[in-house]
Amino acid sequence: MAVMTYREALTSALREELARDDRVFLMGEEVAQYNGAYKVSKGLLDEFGPRRIVDTPITELGFAGVGVGAAMVGLRPVVEFMTWNFALLALDEVVNAAAKMLYMSGGQYKMPMVFRGPNGSALQLGAQHSQAWESWLAHIPGLKVLTPGTPADAKGLLKSAIRDDNPVVFLEGEMLYNTKGEVPEEDYLIRIGKADLKREGEHCTIVTHGKMVLVAMQVADALAKDDISIEVVDLRTIRPMDVEAIAQSVQKTNRAVVLEEGWEICGVGAQVVDFIQRECFDDLDAPVIRVHQEDVPMPYAKNLEKAAKPDAAKTIAAVRKVMYLD
Amino acid sequence: MATKVVMEALSPTMEEGRLVKWLKNEGDAVKSGDVLAEVETDKAVMELVARGDGVLRKRIANEGDAAPVGTLLAVIGTADENVDSIVASSGAPAAATAPAAQAAPAEASAPGETSVPASPAQSQGETPAPPQEKSASAPIVASSGRAPGDAPRRAAGNGSRPSAPPPVAAAGGRQRSSPLARRLASDRGIPLGSISGSGPGGRIVKRDVETAVASGGQSRSPATARAQLEGDYKDIPLTQIRKTIAKRLAESNGPVPTFFLTVELDVTRASELREELASMGDQYKVSFNDIAIRAVAMALAEHPEVNAHWLGDKIRQFNRIHVGMAVAVEDGLITPVIFDADRKRMWDISAEAKTLAGKARDRKLTPEQYTGSTFSVSNLGMFGIDQFTAIINPPEAGIIAVGGVEEKPVVVEGTVVLRKRMRITMSCDHRVIDGATGAKFLQTVRRLIENPVALIV
Repeated sequence: MAVMTYREALTSALREELARDDRVFLMGEEVAQYNGAYKVSKGLLDEFGPRRIVDTPITELGFAGVGVGAAMVGLRPVVEFMTWNFALLALDEVVNAAAKMLYMSGGQYKMPMVFRGPNGSALQLGAQHSQAWESWLAHIPGLKVLTPGTPADAKGLLKSAIRDDNPVVFLEGEMLYNTKGEVPEEDYLIRIGKADLKREGEHCTIVTHGKMVLVAMQVADALAKDDISIEVVDLRTIRPMDVEAIAQSVQKTNRAVVLEEGWEICGVGAQVVDFIQRECFDDLDAPVIRVHQEDVPMPYAKNLEKAAKPDAAKTIAAVRKVMYLD
Repeated sequence: MATKVVMEALSPTMEEGRLVKWLKNEGDAVKSGDVLAEVETDKAVMELVARGDGVLRKRIANEGDAAPVGTLLAVIGTADENVDSIVASSGAPAAATAPAAQAAPAEASAPGETSVPASPAQSQGETPAPPQEKSASAPIVASSGRAPGDAPRRAAGNGSRPSAPPPVAAAGGRQRSSPLARRLASDRGIPLGSISGSGPGGRIVKRDVETAVASGGQSRSPATARAQLEGDYKDIPLTQIRKTIAKRLAESNGPVPTFFLTVELDVTRASELREELASMGDQYKVSFNDIAIRAVAMALAEHPEVNAHWLGDKIRQFNRIHVGMAVAVEDGLITPVIFDADRKRMWDISAEAKTLAGKARDRKLTPEQYTGSTFSVSNLGMFGIDQFTAIINPPEAGIIAVGGVEEKPVVVEGTVVLRKRMRITMSCDHRVIDGATGAKFLQTVRRLIENPVALIV
């Protein structure tokens, strides 16, 4: 195993897939000359040339549409959004074109493309640029939605996404790019739709995904000191969701906290709770509690931003509550 | 932290109880588990125990009062705690004419209050009893948009702040318990009513069930559960022919299509055995009824298809044999149970039957002593009844009616001789037991009673 950053893992996934299949190409704002706003495409222009690594104007709707057209004629585009906060402009292509093309063409057009970029908040980027969109996107039949939380998952899932014949939404995390982790040396794929048990435990399950996986692991470490054993289920894929993995864990621990970066109402966690109540009704010893961003636009002020975000302390409080310790 | 003492459901079918006698006075110190009062249920006089520590501050119900399950009967608190609001919240104490639900809400949200229904009217129609709930924990109301979380949170989507917790009327008189706790309690045969909940609003959670299991004594394990522990029975799916038999016979002959089989047994040798046992000392004395119970229990072991319950969509055959024994009491009858009767020696059955019959007459039987039988025996022989048909106690599949012992002339090997004879009649639920099945069972009973040495080995 090699230790690399989340960013390097993504670059290496792109490089391997670009090399493996010449129908694959990357396009987006500043992906070529500038090596990417977050340097995910570093070195790729030199390696694969301007036909494969394509700089676009600042026109999210336009280049997303170009990607859809390219996919329709058999290429395998990877469309980078500088952030998903900018991708709102492109959602007509994502939701109305990419997600529905196979269905509305009666199976004539596959849509082998990936929309990727950082999702959610970073630090003090203000209300418009600090949003986690997975619940919006996972709502749409026809899309697959991936949210890797570690370098190894990022690489394995991005490679699977590029090889998938359906439109895949790939949500990265700005705050994750510099995180490090072990990544297998060999060529490997991670199955889309398969959750990962990031930590085994007995007393309470934390179901989470993306950036919040790190928070869940911190919480598990902290609570271990009080002899509270936490099981962390990392969804990795929001759609299709691995209901079986969630149910197996909750049936074991009898308690669950669902942790996500986004807002509460109609969030990913709401869907997780729905699965839990259906699959695990007789196994529950406590109501499932959700931890999420407060129901406000993200504040700019540092102290308020911190208060609005889900964090380890809020998650620990939730775990203690479902365990009837407070 | 005050604890409310409420009328608990002390029998499976109890909806109302009468407070017979207070055993603690106001001002007495009480500990969890202390007997506070005697309560007469629909079946027996039971003990009502404290579910919290402190001082019995206020007795609200008077001796002789009848109160629906869930009614506030008393308050336990610390010596100096103000319990006036709790007492006031009971409205007219234990009266059937208590004001309806409107009395409750405002008080229920006051700090230090609980979710136990403030007026008895609220608990009507709610069968399971609320135990006395700890007053300190704030109620959690699941129906609002609010997660049962920490700081006050915005209500779902509309941005408004929830004010004080909403009234808890929704909780009614129901004992709160987690789904897991309910499942565990059911698996282990512990009635929820016997467990104190430590969760919010008195919710029974996993750890409470585990504590009850560990402490053993605290959980009043009912016999129904004893008879139905996993592995103690086998469920037989209904075949089509069984379904048809069940449906057509029930149409013809009431909900339990019963038929009757009578045999006359020679109990001369059984009678001699009785005398021999009696001569060994009082502890070995047995009655014909004890002999019948023992023989029936042993026969049931050989014929599990008779040791069964009709459950509507299946037949449940029990691996253990718990014989119900009908006992006449002043104003009716009750059926205490001899558990594992096939594994008990006859004189032990006799001693147990005597004890149970005595308790039944004194109305001191506990629910676990009169529920859980897999089959029953009734006896009117002591009243000079030669033979009778007993009514099946559903969902059991049969009952044996034992008549009196009579000396009469019978032909034995071509000669008329005097023998002691006894008639027993088996009532059979035809949905479970067919004629031939019942007949074979009675053959076994006959073999055992007519060769009574088999009964004491």
